[in-house]
Amino acid sequence: MVLTKRIIPCLDVTEGRVVKGTKFVNLRDAGDAVELGAHYDEKGADELVFLDITASSDKRKILIDLVEKTGEKVFIPFTVGGGLRTVKDIKEILRAGADKISLNTAAVKNPKLIAEGAKIFGAQCIVTAIDAKRIYVDSPKNADEHIVIQVNNGKYCWWEVYINGGRIATGMDAILWGGKATRLGSGEILLTSMDADGTKNGYDLELTKAFSERLNVPIIASGGAGLPKHFIEVFKKGKADAALAASIFHYNEYSIEKVKIECQKAGIPMRL
Amino acid sequence: MTFIAIIDYEMGNLKSIYKCLKHINVQTKITDDSNVILNANGVILPGVGAFQDAMKHLNRKNLIEIIHQIAGNGIPLFGICLGLQLLFTKSYEMGEYKGLDLINGEVILFDETKVEKIPQIGWNNVEFQNKDHFLVQNIPNNSYFYFVHSYYCMPSDSENILGKTKYGEIEFCSIAFKDNIIATQFHPEKSSKHGIQMYKNFVDYCRK
Repeated sequence: MVLTKRIIPCLDVTEGRVVKGTKFVNLRDAGDAVELGAHYDEKGADELVFLDITASSDKRKILIDLVEKTGEKVFIPFTVGGGLRTVKDIKEILRAGADKISLNTAAVKNPKLIAEGAKIFGAQCIVTAIDAKRIYVDSPKNADEHIVIQVNNGKYCWWEVYINGGRIATGMDAILWGGKATRLGSGEILLTSMDADGTKNGYDLELTKAFSERLNVPIIASGGAGLPKHFIEVFKKGKADAALAASIFHYNEYSIEKVKIECQKAGIPMRL
Repeated sequence: MTFIAIIDYEMGNLKSIYKCLKHINVQTKITDDSNVILNANGVILPGVGAFQDAMKHLNRKNLIEIIHQIAGNGIPLFGICLGLQLLFTKSYEMGEYKGLDLINGEVILFDETKVEKIPQIGWNNVEFQNKDHFLVQNIPNNSYFYFVHSYYCMPSDSENILGKTKYGEIEFCSIAFKDNIIATQFHPEKSSKHGIQMYKNFVDYCRK
């Protein structure tokens, strides 16, 4: 009798179809987004995240169409992100049937967007997505503007926020930005480790733990899942509330059920 | 033909409920038209957002009296999430505000010293207090449902509690009911197959 940890497949979509990048490049096609979403609902996914990377000029129309169609076949919560910049954008996506929207670059450039979105639509549907990358330093003293943590290889690092799909470094400290986003009204943080993403070597546990211990909102860990044990680690050591993954599920390397059973065996509450 | 009205008062994710009902082949409409609402076989009061705003919108659309009429006429009424909270006497969300007062009780904030995080977001169990109630037929006891909320209801009379859920150290009422009124704090339309079953149960009840 307890709130469960969530397993969330992430669908990177362009023109309504699913792709998955490795370290944000080399995209591969992995199927129809709505069908895949419905499949994951049936197979026990706790939520879905759609990240839209459509580049064409009628991007918004295509995305709204996807959200509408998803709502007809998917009966678990889903979050939609990718290029949302204004309150109007947020409203359109939520009205089309998404449960939450995620803001990344737009929130960094205009943090007020979080506050405005939360005020109008509620904190629960405003997710701040943060792409974070380790910056190693010699000692904690070298970086007084940043939260420096000793990681398990003995080195010290802080995490820098990247925007524009991981292409532009901002100089901002990810943990401090997460705190600010939360204070502005973001109800959840979707935290992607750029170091771990695409490696399949496991989540960045120190990054996840640093967020989970400091912030009072749920943390969705993202980037690096390759094996069921990675999920167990990120829940136990990283203290994540939810774990997001893509290719491990899309290419059926492990089923959602298999991952959940392994987590449950390790004592993590799961919806099975 | 069974027709279910979904009350439109500009608060939240009405479309998900609409699509869930369509999925189970039910005639439904999102509407603020009092004639349509009063002539429905069943009515859903949805809602996501702030309590005070919701009451303002209901008032502005003259829907408060309509909802009381539905309750009084014995038409099945199903409150979802904020829609559950609105049914109570009052809420302490950002102040103190009067609700529809169809079920006696209050709506209060999770005590942050007793739960890990606020809001509660995610899947939690619901322990049914009466397994014979129409709403929970064909759903295993202690099934998981999807919650997103910071406030919860406390019915004055424990007889109004149909489902209980534990979050942190707090056990709260996750399904409330009174006569023809039922309400869930969780979102059945987001709770996969068990949630869909709950809507089927509601529609079957409306059909009778």
